[in-house]
Amino acid sequence: MKKVQFKSSYSQYLFLAPQLGILLIFLYWPIIQTFRDAFTMQDAFGFGTQFVWFDNFLFIFDDPAYWIAFKFTIIYSFVITLITASIGLLLAVQANNVMHGKSAYKTLLIWPYAIAPAVVGVMANYFFSERFGLLYHLFNNLWGFNWYESVFDSYIYLIIAGSWKQISANFIFFLAGLQAIQRSVIEASMIDCKNSVRRFWTITFPLLMPTTFFLIIINITYAFFDTFGIIDTTTIGAPSGETRTLVYKAYMDGFRGLDLGSAGAQSIMMMFIVLFITIFQFRYIEGRIHYN
Amino acid sequence: MTRLITSGFSHFILFIGILIMIVPVWMIFASSTHTGLTINTHGLQMFLGDSFYENYMRVLLYQGGFFKEITALKMFLNSFIMATGVAILSVITSLMAAYALVYYRTKYATFLFWIIFVTILVPLELRIFPTYSVMAELNLVNSYFGLIVPISASAIATLFFRQFYKTVPDELLESAKLDGANTWRFFVDFLVPLSKTMIVAMLIFMFVFGYNQYLWPLLVTSSEQYWTVVMGLKMMSGSIVHRFAFVMMSMVPPILIIIVLQKHFIKGVFQDK
Repeated sequence: MKKVQFKSSYSQYLFLAPQLGILLIFLYWPIIQTFRDAFTMQDAFGFGTQFVWFDNFLFIFDDPAYWIAFKFTIIYSFVITLITASIGLLLAVQANNVMHGKSAYKTLLIWPYAIAPAVVGVMANYFFSERFGLLYHLFNNLWGFNWYESVFDSYIYLIIAGSWKQISANFIFFLAGLQAIQRSVIEASMIDCKNSVRRFWTITFPLLMPTTFFLIIINITYAFFDTFGIIDTTTIGAPSGETRTLVYKAYMDGFRGLDLGSAGAQSIMMMFIVLFITIFQFRYIEGRIHYN
Repeated sequence: MTRLITSGFSHFILFIGILIMIVPVWMIFASSTHTGLTINTHGLQMFLGDSFYENYMRVLLYQGGFFKEITALKMFLNSFIMATGVAILSVITSLMAAYALVYYRTKYATFLFWIIFVTILVPLELRIFPTYSVMAELNLVNSYFGLIVPISASAIATLFFRQFYKTVPDELLESAKLDGANTWRFFVDFLVPLSKTMIVAMLIFMFVFGYNQYLWPLLVTSSEQYWTVVMGLKMMSGSIVHRFAFVMMSMVPPILIIIVLQKHFIKGVFQDK
């Protein structure tokens, strides 16, 4: 903290007021309502609500569709994190390695970051359409690809669509991480270890750990929440709800099914999952890595 | 010699990476310059056709939507208003909140910090219906205010500014105090000019964030007059080539901003020199 500060006065709250005001009205108030929804149930005619304790939660735990969405969300975020971080790292290492054209490569690889997930989804649609989709036909010739019916194929479709733009975010952060490593460390390691592959895994990669863990969190959040726009413009959950993330399912149940109790309970479950990952990140991972 | 080989290998990998990024977008662009007939009979195209002007003009000016009362041009205007509003409002509120957190001595500092910080854990997607019903109660559905304000409290931007303020030397405030600057003058005359790089980076980040919103405009706009580009993509009717053209145009503003202002963006986010 700062050694020199202003004394606390009403003016402090004037500075905080705009942001806190928006948060209270459009964030805290809705969160309280989410909890209210989760513990109540509307009667069939919509005349009144009744306090039902954990019924909504028990109901979603009993619902196979919830566990299908759960499974998909876990697999999807794991695979997206793995693919985008590895390709992002590979490209960043190569870009850091070249003498000429570093900034040109940066420019040529940074822009997909700016494209909206929903737009990526609409584009992916064209490559996976049965009528003229190139990838659809390529994969169809290889192994009879048909995402309308095969769960595995619909996973492939969404993994490709979901990873594409996220590679660029991983690339930018890894490149920044690589450039932050001090020149002297690299030069010293070049004397000690002639093998560049081993040098990378024993010296460079451990130094990139903070970046890696930051990106893992970024990628998981992306797969949890931002992929909404991709799913809603591609499979819409096909085949038979197998490719709905937890967020997408909660939205469908609340908006299409008008079941606010269930949607509220699902949102709260999701908050706990995010909270768990955050705490895990702070407690177990942050303590084990070295920042320089 | 080995140096040349490894650098050749690097260029090769990077070249493939760039191809994976560019080819899909190029194909949609090339296809958008053909006629619908060509696409339907020959599929996606690799080379440019000659219907560019015709297709793009028709998309920009065509009255689309269920009630045929919105053009793509109007959607672009809405997206710009929304993205600019989100960028400016969130940067101003975050600058101010971070200032209060760092430069005031108070026993509630930690509590106030957490009240802002925990909101990162609760993205809009998790509280979408209650937020919508708050909007409905306050009569903010179908307004620019409703599109902009509820998503303009950015804890991430506040965190970035807070981190940045902490690196500002204490001497700055000491000398400002000697000059007789009060809290407001110190903020406006000293701190804000000093944070310029950071402000630009956050403006870019929040502009792209606002422009790319999909679910939020979908919910809070029942009137077509407030449709934005990204949500409108799914709604627009028309032949396949017109949809290609619309997709292409929808990407241009955020990509252009990121490419043109790339240096400022990276400088701010990574606090590079």
